[in-house]
Amino acid sequence: MDKVLLAHGGGGSKSAELTRKVFQRFLRDPLLMEMDDAARLPGQVFTTDSFVVKPLFFPGGDIGRLAVCGTVNDLAVMGAEPLYLSIAFIIEEGFPVAALEKILASISKACRQSGARIVCADTKVVERGKADGLFINTAGIGRPVFSKAVHPSRIRPGDAIMVNGPLGLHGISVLTARGEFGLRASVRSDVAPLWGLISKCRALDVPFMRDPTRGGLAQTLNELTHGKEFGARIREHDLPIPKKVAAVCDLLGFDPLHVANEGKVVMVVARSDAARALKALRRHPLGKAACLIGEITKENQGRVVMATRAGSERIVMPPVGEILPRIC
Amino acid sequence: MAEKTSLSLLAERLRNFPARPRTKIMEVCGTHTVAIRRAGIQHLLPAGAKLVSGPGCPVCVTPDHFIDEAVALARLGVIVTSFGDMLRVPGSRSSLEQERAAGSDIRAVYSPLDALQIAAATGRETVFLAVGFETTAPAIAAAGMMALEKKIANFSLLTALRLVPPALKALITPPQGDAAAEPTAVPQGDAADTEISGFLLPGHVSAVIGKQAYGFLEKHRLPGVISGFTAEDIITSLLHLLEMHNKGIYKIMNNYPRVVRDHGNERSRTVLAEAFAPVDAEWRGLGSIPASGLQLRPAFAVLDARRRFAIEVEAAPPRAGCRCGDVLRGRIDPPACPMFNKACRPDRPLGPCMVSSEGSCCAWVTYG
Repeated sequence: MDKVLLAHGGGGSKSAELTRKVFQRFLRDPLLMEMDDAARLPGQVFTTDSFVVKPLFFPGGDIGRLAVCGTVNDLAVMGAEPLYLSIAFIIEEGFPVAALEKILASISKACRQSGARIVCADTKVVERGKADGLFINTAGIGRPVFSKAVHPSRIRPGDAIMVNGPLGLHGISVLTARGEFGLRASVRSDVAPLWGLISKCRALDVPFMRDPTRGGLAQTLNELTHGKEFGARIREHDLPIPKKVAAVCDLLGFDPLHVANEGKVVMVVARSDAARALKALRRHPLGKAACLIGEITKENQGRVVMATRAGSERIVMPPVGEILPRIC
Repeated sequence: MAEKTSLSLLAERLRNFPARPRTKIMEVCGTHTVAIRRAGIQHLLPAGAKLVSGPGCPVCVTPDHFIDEAVALARLGVIVTSFGDMLRVPGSRSSLEQERAAGSDIRAVYSPLDALQIAAATGRETVFLAVGFETTAPAIAAAGMMALEKKIANFSLLTALRLVPPALKALITPPQGDAAAEPTAVPQGDAADTEISGFLLPGHVSAVIGKQAYGFLEKHRLPGVISGFTAEDIITSLLHLLEMHNKGIYKIMNNYPRVVRDHGNERSRTVLAEAFAPVDAEWRGLGSIPASGLQLRPAFAVLDARRRFAIEVEAAPPRAGCRCGDVLRGRIDPPACPMFNKACRPDRPLGPCMVSSEGSCCAWVTYG
């Protein structure tokens, strides 16, 4: 590997390769090496994320909303209430102030919805052509409040796998907003802050949560099972994939399980609490379409399998490289 | 428990079908390969029957030499546009993906018209890598015509277009020449044991060329079924194939009439034939096949990137250890290749059948 490829930023196995072969040779803090969405510090969790989505505005959201939700959700899926955010802008010379204001209004609204406060910020401007309009970085601190530890070491065979609604909306929204494929599918991104929804389950036994962003559900479930003594089995029949998402994927040869979401959480819930969790999720506006999609299994250790509609089975692999660059 | 759907009933019929032993059905098209494995249809086949993948993945059958030519073009500083899958295919020395990271202007597009637009918008020399079968060739021909009509003089094509029927003919016709030399050419592996019993024929290609284009199969006493891409389409097509094979019926059936007309799409064929003429062409794994490729006709020769840029590339050395060729002939299943999922994996592919999402090797790893 002598050059970084776009594929290395795709969130799939190529990204993992770059992390393993380059980053981890230099950055090896034990907390970092846990490779979670956020670091577990004493009494708090801490995370950061950068946003380079193209285009900056897309149906259902914009880079500002994404920058708040991305970080808030990374805290929320650790079972932590998002408290404080930092935000940093890298802006290209000539960027319209009106567009910046629109993005800031959206940031402010997303903060109100998520309950987190932006408490420090930074701005840099670079020459024309050196950044594609605007990039944003956010970091966040949260406080764990789930009564039982949200930790994958507590996952057991038989645990239920659920998701709070339809999959693939964000990726397809951004893709069609680019107009690259002459597609006009009018799919709205699902980008939303999830703490309000997730907090409904704070008293339940939820050993694992993850927001299936880049790499989609397939990436999340493969990270969940990788190297573990259990597997995951999902049912194609139960996957909430909207018709429009399926149609665009069909056309372009994508697997909907690889497409990014920005307002979804995949939860592994102890079997005894599964019904209660579903009920709690469905009472929240962002969880009305919550559903069971599968279980943790003793079989297929380290792997994700899917029962297909045709009554057969297949494995579900994470995406390999650049499926859709600059989706978030 | 899920209720019995019409799909699960079909699946049950397939499972219980009394197939003749050693029945080998070839799915020609890469899109079928993916659809079959996504639905797990290979696990639903009755005892005695198996599916093998054919030479219908455009990325897979494109020779290394072509990638080397594209890399050479990119290094000249022209804009190289291509369907995305081609970017990752390793040529003999480099891939387009690596060249892009090294600074060449290489852009993934979803249609030759996008490439034409890039040419018009930038004013820079723009080459489109014209790969694919009868499905993509008409759109490429149309883009070429539009370039001439609109006088977009900085647009050209690097062609490696291929035709499906000549490849199928080559697969079922014993090779010419010394018969004694033949056994050494037959590789080991369970799929090599039996001859092909029938073809699951491509849906989109057939929409252009029609049912008539496969008449030669009947002469070789082989059935063929043109199929769509849903699990229902594929299972019913397989049932038809197995039944014809059992009964000794050698017909071409159109099981995709909602898209494929028996006579195909004459307009597409006319456009294609106006711009392109058949030419002998090299296929990875199958060698040179008479009249199986398309070259630009003299009236369109100004669009030929090979003429415009006079690129010269050394002959590509053979790919050591890679058995894509045998996979593309349906002679071995991918796991019979010693590199499968070891040295050659989707995240660092050595052979094109592992690169393309429609490649047989990639589909075996991705969907199991």
